[in-house]
Order: sequence, then C-alpha cells, then structure tokens
Amino acid sequence: MTDQAYNFAYLDEQTKRMIRRAILKGVAVPGYQVPFASREMPMPYGWGTGGVQVTAACLVPEDRLKVIDQGADDTTNAVSIRKFFQRVAGVAVTEATQEATLIQTRHRIPDTSLSAGQILVYQVPIPEPLRFLEPRESETRKMHELEDYGLMHVKLYEDIARHGQIATSYAYPVKVEDRYVMDPSPIPKFDNPKLSNSPALQLFGAGREQRIYALPPFTHVVSLDFDDHPFVPSKADHACDLCDASDSYLDEVIIDDQGGRMFVCSDTDYCGGRRAAGHVGRLGEEAI
Amino acid sequence: MTLLALQGGFADAPIASAHAFRAALTALSQPGQILSVTGAAPPAPVSVAAGVLLLTLVDGTTPVHLAGRYDCAALRDWLTFHTGAPLVAPEAASFALGTWADLQPVGRFAQGLPDYPDRSCTLIVEMAALSNTGSRLTGPGIADHARLNLPEVAAFQANRARFPLGFDAFFTAADQIAGLPRSTHVEDF
Repeated sequence: MTDQAYNFAYLDEQTKRMIRRAILKGVAVPGYQVPFASREMPMPYGWGTGGVQVTAACLVPEDRLKVIDQGADDTTNAVSIRKFFQRVAGVAVTEATQEATLIQTRHRIPDTSLSAGQILVYQVPIPEPLRFLEPRESETRKMHELEDYGLMHVKLYEDIARHGQIATSYAYPVKVEDRYVMDPSPIPKFDNPKLSNSPALQLFGAGREQRIYALPPFTHVVSLDFDDHPFVPSKADHACDLCDASDSYLDEVIIDDQGGRMFVCSDTDYCGGRRAAGHVGRLGEEAI
Repeated sequence: MTLLALQGGFADAPIASAHAFRAALTALSQPGQILSVTGAAPPAPVSVAAGVLLLTLVDGTTPVHLAGRYDCAALRDWLTFHTGAPLVAPEAASFALGTWADLQPVGRFAQGLPDYPDRSCTLIVEMAALSNTGSRLTGPGIADHARLNLPEVAAFQANRARFPLGFDAFFTAADQIAGLPRSTHVEDF
C-alpha cells in the first residue's frame, strides 16, 4: 500500500524534475559529475541519500525494485531502503537480480549479469576521485576540465613504489570513454570490469556531496593502470564455502575464536540461486 | 489567456511524469531508440511528445526558448500556466523548442562551460516523423550502431567535436520521442 500522505516516491515534483534534469546531463556526458540540489532525506547522510534520490526520480509504479548492501539483500541498509520505497511508491520488490527492473546498490555490482532495460543505481560517498589527492573543489574541477589526471597516476605509481603493486583494492579509479576519470563508488576492483559495456544503465548518486553521474549502456570504461603493472580484478583465492562458486566476490567470515574462518559469496541472491540449483560448498548443507 | 491554456496537462502528474521521464531517460541513454509517450495535450503546432517532455522537464527554474511558429500566444499561455517557465532569447535558454529549421543557427544555444559542461541547452526538435533509417549513430548507449532520421549530419558532427561541451537533442513527432546526446558520433550513410 502506498502511504497517501506522501507524493509518489516521496519527493515533490519540483525536486524530481531538478534531479531528472541532472540525470539526463549525466547521461549525455558520461563520467562527468553533475551538481544537483540534494535534499534532506529521512535517513542520515552515508545511508544512501544520493542513491535514494536518484531511485525516487527514476521509479515508475510498475517497477520491481531490488536493494543490496555489499551484495546482500537482507542487511539493515538494504531492508530499510526497500521498505521505504514499498511505503512511499508502492512498488513491487524482489531479491532476484534478473527479475528486478531497478536495483539500488551500495558498494557491489551483482554477480549475476545485468540485462538491457535494467537500471543500476549506486550509492556514492565521495564522488570525486581526485578528492583525497587535492582537497580543493576549484582545483579538481580545473583538473577535470583540462583532463589533467597525472596526479592519479602518481598515486597509483606510489602504490607500486611502496607495496610493489597497485594496492588500491576498492573505489578503483576508471576512465570513461577516454575522457573523464570517475570514481566507481567503493565497489571492490573485482567488479570494475562489469562497469564497461554493461547492457544496463548505471546511475550514481552522492547525496551529501550533491553530485549525480552516469554510465549509459555500452559505455567504454577502463580501469587506470600501467603497461608493466596491468589492472588485476582480484578476489579472495577461495571458492564459496556455501555454494562452491569460484567466480563470485567473497566475504571472509570469522566463525570461532580458534582462527576458523569461511569465505562466502557477498552476493546473497547469487549464492542462494546456486545452492537452490544443487551446488554445495565446503561447509554447506544439501538444499532440502 | 484563454481557457484552452488551462487544459492539456497531466491528469496524474507524479505518475505521468515518472513514465515520461523513463522514456526520456531511455531515449537519451540509448540513442536511436524511438519510444512512445502520452499524457499531454498541448496546443497546435506542438506534438504530444514535445508537450510531454516540456511538462516533465521544464519549470520556473529553466528558461525556455520557443523558436519560429512555436512562439505563439497559445503555446506561451499553455507553457506559462503549466510550468511557469520564463520565455527567453535563444542564448539564455535551458530548453528550446522548434523545428530544426526554426532552431538555426544552433550555435547560439548554450554549449556549457569547460568546467561545467552541464550548463548547456537541450533542444526539442519537432519532426514530421521518426524512423530508424538514415544517419548511422555510434557511441555510449549503442551496442554496435543505430540509425535515426536526423534532419542534418554536419551540425551534430560539429557538436560531437566539441565534447564535453555541446547541446543535447530530443526529437519528437506525434507521440514519439528519440534522443541524441552530445556524446554520439554521427555519420552520413
């Protein structure tokens, strides 16, 4: 049931128009961070206020919404955002990646391949990839204008000088269509290859920082690297202990105080789907 | 203002504009796709699709330029009543409406600034019909290539050459819309 005290999808129409115009500019200039007048939402900054505003501006009543937090459908952030939109937009919800028309995500891209017509909305904490290298907005804006991304390569080089390899493992910077360097939000770098040439539309919303950016379907996205230190999408070198998947991103879980641990898929829908199909991992039990 | 200006808006604005925006989003993120929209009944000579786009995207914060015969009293009244958008000269417009001939020269519309390429104009170009024939489109949003009957090629090639500056365009005919962002490469074929 939609709560009739709210406009459809919570935001007022004037706000949605403003956000929608920003999304269209973002789509037209892939990777460029479009400023928008972010509103206060009924949840704190850092809980996905940017993603929620983008989702609210995109939702239609026929949508089937999936919300994930680090790959999981059943964590606090995911559950509360899903309930929020069930209440204020009356949309159907699902946990199945393939059935969803709009997926809001915090820090993961689903392991199940996305398809044409789907929209993936990312929650972004710090949209500016250069921010930790240059704190002044006036300077980073100029760097984007001049395509001056040398500083980012210096940062990756310093990783190599100190650690012998590029130590950046999440929020790994990418270059979009050979123009803008973009922060893909704090997804593990394992997910970076899925950004490029995705059949789904990818939208990024940063509420506190008031930026929206986008990757249209089939946009060319390259992770920054060096000829002699090519980009490697890494993951834990194990198979999932529940579903035995060796191609999914894994979380490490401490299971006792004797140093025991297990690795499980971070994508709960992917893992559950595999277990239902009969795959059993090291610590898994046969599905009944 | 006549009573006519008060009619032809969205019956259920939140739902109608949500559907219209999804169509506009699909059109601009997948150039070459032609989609149908409904819900607006703007005065002649405006197409239903252009009326829907205006009601969905335009408000008091977005100056609009009406070009050629679209700069008529009926449309001025209709747009003012339903959106409150200021009607301005081409140089100051966030949105511009007209036929391709009316909108010439397109160089006078805002192209964005090098540090703020989003401060650019969006053209709503009224067409007789839309079809997936003619110019060959490649770029973001397009898997291999797409086709769209653009009114001209050279202007859109020049627009792409200025990337990330440039204007974005929606093409409208009857109840159909298609989009062409500045990121699309256009070739005559």
